[in-house]
Amino acid sequence: MSEVLLEVRDLVKHFPVRTGLGRPALSVKAIDGVSFTLHRGETLGLVGESGCGKTTTGRCVLLLERPTSGQVVFEGTELTTLPEEKMRAMRRRMQVIFQDPYSSLNPRMTVAQILAEPLKVHGLVTGKSARAARVQELLGQVGLLPQHARRYPHQLSGGQRQRVGIARALAMEPALIVCDEPVSALDVSIQAQIVNLLEDLQKRLGLTYLFIAHDLSVVRHISDRVVVMYLGKIAEVADRRALYEEPLHPYTRALLSAVPIPDPKLEAQRERTVLRGEVPSALTPPSGCVFHPRCPIAVARCSAEIPALREIRPAHWAACHLA
Amino acid sequence: MVRAVDGVSWDVQAGETVALVGESGCGKSVSALSVMRLVDEAAGRIEAGEILYKGRNLLTLTEEQMRSVRGREIAMIFQEPMTSLNPVLSIGRQLTEGLEIHMKMKPSEARSRALELLAMVGIPDPERRLDQYPHHFSGGMRQRMMIAMALACNPSLILADEPTTALDVTIQAQILELLRDLARRLGVAMLIITHNLGVVARYADRVNVMYAGRIIERATAAELYARPRHPYTLGLLRSVPRLDEPRRARLAPIEGQPPDMTRLPPGCSFAPRCAFRVERCTVEAPPLEVVHPGHLSACWEAKRLEQVEVASEASS
Repeated sequence: MSEVLLEVRDLVKHFPVRTGLGRPALSVKAIDGVSFTLHRGETLGLVGESGCGKTTTGRCVLLLERPTSGQVVFEGTELTTLPEEKMRAMRRRMQVIFQDPYSSLNPRMTVAQILAEPLKVHGLVTGKSARAARVQELLGQVGLLPQHARRYPHQLSGGQRQRVGIARALAMEPALIVCDEPVSALDVSIQAQIVNLLEDLQKRLGLTYLFIAHDLSVVRHISDRVVVMYLGKIAEVADRRALYEEPLHPYTRALLSAVPIPDPKLEAQRERTVLRGEVPSALTPPSGCVFHPRCPIAVARCSAEIPALREIRPAHWAACHLA
Repeated sequence: MVRAVDGVSWDVQAGETVALVGESGCGKSVSALSVMRLVDEAAGRIEAGEILYKGRNLLTLTEEQMRSVRGREIAMIFQEPMTSLNPVLSIGRQLTEGLEIHMKMKPSEARSRALELLAMVGIPDPERRLDQYPHHFSGGMRQRMMIAMALACNPSLILADEPTTALDVTIQAQILELLRDLARRLGVAMLIITHNLGVVARYADRVNVMYAGRIIERATAAELYARPRHPYTLGLLRSVPRLDEPRRARLAPIEGQPPDMTRLPPGCSFAPRCAFRVERCTVEAPPLEVVHPGHLSACWEAKRLEQVEVASEASS
């Protein structure tokens, strides 16, 4: 396997919550001991339901959110202790694509201005005409036309705006792109265009992706390896094939069985584990295994003892006493 | 002027679940809001057509008559439960209000019916929940609450506009199972509006596919998924990665952009993105016609699609 680009070690992020005078201080354990590595040129999928900590993990990796503890090592540099001005230079190498291209592009700037600004600020391309040429090159890379440079974000469709978001990330010549739900706000017919574009760019430019999403079918398509999170912890990590074909954690199995398949015949025959109850609050997580109150196979031990993330088969990890 | 919905007809029978599928801006929500006569007059109007509910044309009713239909006979479930519940009224009050007005119940009767409804939609500890407020509820619980409100006055038709889109997959499954069971048990006719073809496959008896303000295909769910007869439906089915199939090397998107409703092309609105386009498509809009018993398609080349398999190329 190729070299390690990013290593996240025992990442913890707690958000303090104000509870009122005289009451004990509480904190939301948004991420509670998350570790993974990402190799150069690889796509690591990060899946889970809302509130599982996947977006916070992405933000902590980019140091947009300062972790409570733990380390983020990127290209050999530990980022959590890095002074801010050095961090700014590192940020160029790690970019992000957001879910909502509507709110992440400045509505008062043309596409050309949006793309040229970071080139200027970071001193990547000097001279107006050189920058204009680079903007054209970026537009070409993401499948937009030269005339799109003069448009404002509101003059573009959702898919085109997401292409601009991708071009802006590419402008910085990053090694890593954190994609936070990059297609979930787009129409179904456009999602596949963007997924294909991300894959093409990865091949051409050797990019590494941390792909955060809740859509398990899209994650399977794009990822080499997949991390499943539940309530701030990693439930399972494996490569794509193992995770989808032989899931070991009961939560992963339930998630997979909940994904609807566009085929009424298959759907009618499918066995399905409908999970009872809802995701508990991260303010007061359950004792032992955080999944035990909803788990269809939980035993007494599960409510008493926190399961460690163990390597159950080669390169296939799960945090379950019964796996 | 935007023709958000242009010559759309659909029907739903008692006890049946019908789906209206399409992407954002295709007119699927407007078509449901029109049934409830909830399209703001300043924003738009119904230019032509009929909405027949149990044989009565809803468009000819007075506003007062219409008020007794809304909520009582026809109920609606919205995508965003947080924005459609009143944040300053207790859960109990929001349920009992309709019961007192529409069903002329006494407050004590309404309260016991409210308890029954919360229990029916699977909200645990209903007695305590009744005195709480929407912000005490999770997303899934709020959607259950919306369903309870919709069922309160025993409606015979429920219009559910993206009822599970804002919810997590495991909760989605719970809510859809619940909706289908209730509809079957109570004999309610249900229209589900969604952009998710997967959701529809499991829960709908019949499906209408919309594109650019028109219905372009209609069939039973079983028929539509196995033998789509419109290039747009085929494209949608092919463009989504599926967990039940081997992973494909590459996804097959529908190229191009969704149409701008203010500047629709002449002829078929899907023609600019269509792989089956012939000359006629750019000139003349195809009508929705029967291509097979019970299966309608609005495509000049529907015959050619008979030869096409849904499952596409190589896998890895």
